[in-house]
Amino acid sequence: MKNRKYLLPIAATGALALALTGCSSSGGGGGAETSDVDCAPYESYGKHEGKTVSVYSTIVDIEATNLETAFAPFEQCTGATIKYEGSKEFETQIGVRAKAGNAPDIAIFPQPGLMADQAKAGNLKPAPQAVSDLVDKNWSADWKKYGTVDGVFYTAPMLANVKGYVWYAPNTFKDKGWEVPKTWDEMLTLSDKIADDGTMKPWCAGFESGEATGWPGTDWVEDVVLRVQGPEVYDQWVSHEIPFNDPKIVDAMNKTGEILLNDKYVNGGFGDVRSILSTGFAQAGQPVLDGQCAMHHQANFQAANWPEGTVVAPDGDVWAFMTPPTDASKGQAITGGGEMVGAYKDTPEAQAFQAYLASAEFANNRVKLGGVISANKGLDPASAQTELDKQSIALLQDPDTVFRFDGSDLMPGAVGSNSFWKGIVAWINGAPAQQVADSVESSWPKG
Amino acid sequence: MEFLGGKFLQVAIALAVFAALIGLIMLIVDRAPKSVKDKVTIVGFLAPAAILMLVGLVYPAVQTSFLAFTNASGQPNGVDNFVWMFTQPEALVTLRNTVIWTILVPLLSTGFGLAYAVFIDKARGEKALKALVFMPMAISFVGAGIIWKLVYDYRGPAIEQTGVINAVRVALGMDPKQFLLDAPENTIFLIIVMVWIQTGFAMVILSAAIKGVPMELVEAARLDGANPWQQFRNVTIPGIRGALVVVLTTITIATLKVFDIVRTMTAGNYETSVVANEMYTQAFRAGEPGRGAALALVLFLLVLPIVVYNARVLRQQREIR
Repeated sequence: MKNRKYLLPIAATGALALALTGCSSSGGGGGAETSDVDCAPYESYGKHEGKTVSVYSTIVDIEATNLETAFAPFEQCTGATIKYEGSKEFETQIGVRAKAGNAPDIAIFPQPGLMADQAKAGNLKPAPQAVSDLVDKNWSADWKKYGTVDGVFYTAPMLANVKGYVWYAPNTFKDKGWEVPKTWDEMLTLSDKIADDGTMKPWCAGFESGEATGWPGTDWVEDVVLRVQGPEVYDQWVSHEIPFNDPKIVDAMNKTGEILLNDKYVNGGFGDVRSILSTGFAQAGQPVLDGQCAMHHQANFQAANWPEGTVVAPDGDVWAFMTPPTDASKGQAITGGGEMVGAYKDTPEAQAFQAYLASAEFANNRVKLGGVISANKGLDPASAQTELDKQSIALLQDPDTVFRFDGSDLMPGAVGSNSFWKGIVAWINGAPAQQVADSVESSWPKG
Repeated sequence: MEFLGGKFLQVAIALAVFAALIGLIMLIVDRAPKSVKDKVTIVGFLAPAAILMLVGLVYPAVQTSFLAFTNASGQPNGVDNFVWMFTQPEALVTLRNTVIWTILVPLLSTGFGLAYAVFIDKARGEKALKALVFMPMAISFVGAGIIWKLVYDYRGPAIEQTGVINAVRVALGMDPKQFLLDAPENTIFLIIVMVWIQTGFAMVILSAAIKGVPMELVEAARLDGANPWQQFRNVTIPGIRGALVVVLTTITIATLKVFDIVRTMTAGNYETSVVANEMYTQAFRAGEPGRGAALALVLFLLVLPIVVYNARVLRQQREIR
């Protein structure tokens, strides 16, 4: 048993290693450098010297640093400390933490459906009047509706993203003499033209995203439902007033399939139709730059997915047009997403911070740092850092734009972040639209 | 380094508290009056473990059992969750796959492991050969899933392949194949990963058992004119029966619980989901804790008879000795 003497040190090292890895959550806090700030606009938030507000959200890495930088003026002028924590596990953890009595003061929800679950469970505090007034002033009624559950207003919108952009290479379009389409039919005609030209496939797509595989496909279908069937049907669909397998929805899926399930159209640079499922959503746009596909459908955050050094501009390497309407005379309808700020505590400092996040000051502070936009009407378009952000803000602030929140984020979790994704995967993998819609409908929670 | 220092301090304090508690229990047990000393000793040493069992195992188990009969908002809904489990096509696929997994993985792993153990027994370089097959055991299921996902990787026919198998297929003039997308064979491709991991485990245990078969018996059989197959069939197999049962049941339980491989490689898409994966998906992703709990309960009921059987075989063997 000469080996015995090694056992103890090995076991001890193992135990120590286990203990060390035990908790290593990435705490936030501080970090952001503060410069001189004009505190006048912040007086209404009061003084909260020595008080701390804990904030929990899905936002991590560089985005989190930018967010904390945008919090800094509030901290400096009110004296409150913002303890920020971002986690990719937010969606599963927020419910657990609320149940365990360990909820943050402020939670930033990426999905209204998730927020509604928390509100219905009685965990969230209704928003104070000041926040409600700010939202009335700064946002359209649609946005306020997303923060309202059973007639009680809980959460103010914070930042936003615009979905449904179609990315393309302006130089390729110019060289080939292709025009940016203005209607859905023009887009199909253009696709045919590109396919016949033969140098590249018209479309490339990638829906792979680990256990969330399929979500870029839900964006596609939502865009088509909104454009083909209009906002009324879209609202009915999302709130389950019509079943998921309603003929209108199946029809919209089939219309999407004219592009996504067409071997002539996809999947530039990756293979056949089914390669959509094995292509990561962040890499899927690459063939646009390589000249292997002409168009790629993805939200405004695709701007961050291009390789470093790619110029995103109307005359740059890539640019984007909004997925066109089926009927140009009816105006533009767009889908998008955003974050909702809810409070688990109704302390004065938490309420003041919630109000700050709904204010025009915050929107301008954050948008200036780049990468995100907001639908806040108090947002100065000049705060936007890129052409694309400017275009997105203009779209969001245009009173003629019909805006609808990402449908899968509004649906119950069992559908919006499970069976709808899985349905898209099965559909691309060959299952007929009707069968997929039936299956998603049967997963809709009863009662 | 301040961070590390803090951690060390925490570890030290935790260890000290643990030692102090044990010391206290020992002291109390030792001081007990003679008449009840035995009882105090039993209670004193069993109570901490029993309390931890109650808090960490029994309470959650009971809670899960109740949860299995509630809907998404926590209202009792009778046996709806179980009706869902045995009627929904998707849920049925999950159950079907779990059955395929639990039949194939233990049989294949144990079969390969046994064959390998027999063939390399007393061979030259036995240790190195064993290490080769045992090595996958050292890789986590998630790691193995990622490795094999790369092995199965697919690129269109026109592009250079990155996946080993598809690269070979293309070199042989065949079309690349979407290994993970084609049901039902994709379940088999996932099972291969599990077999790859578990064969090493089976081989090591069985090899040790084979070496424990008395030489006299083997020699006696040889003198009686038994050929190698007869020796294996009539001497080795009965001699390692206990080890075989342990290996088979351990792998079966591990297979029933398989989660990481499916999660990392397909996330349960393309008809590859298994019960443990569906349990997590329903409870934490879909916001249907009741359905998740119902699946957990079924999983528990499936594992239970195997554990009971395992315990019985072990006890029988002890009685023989």
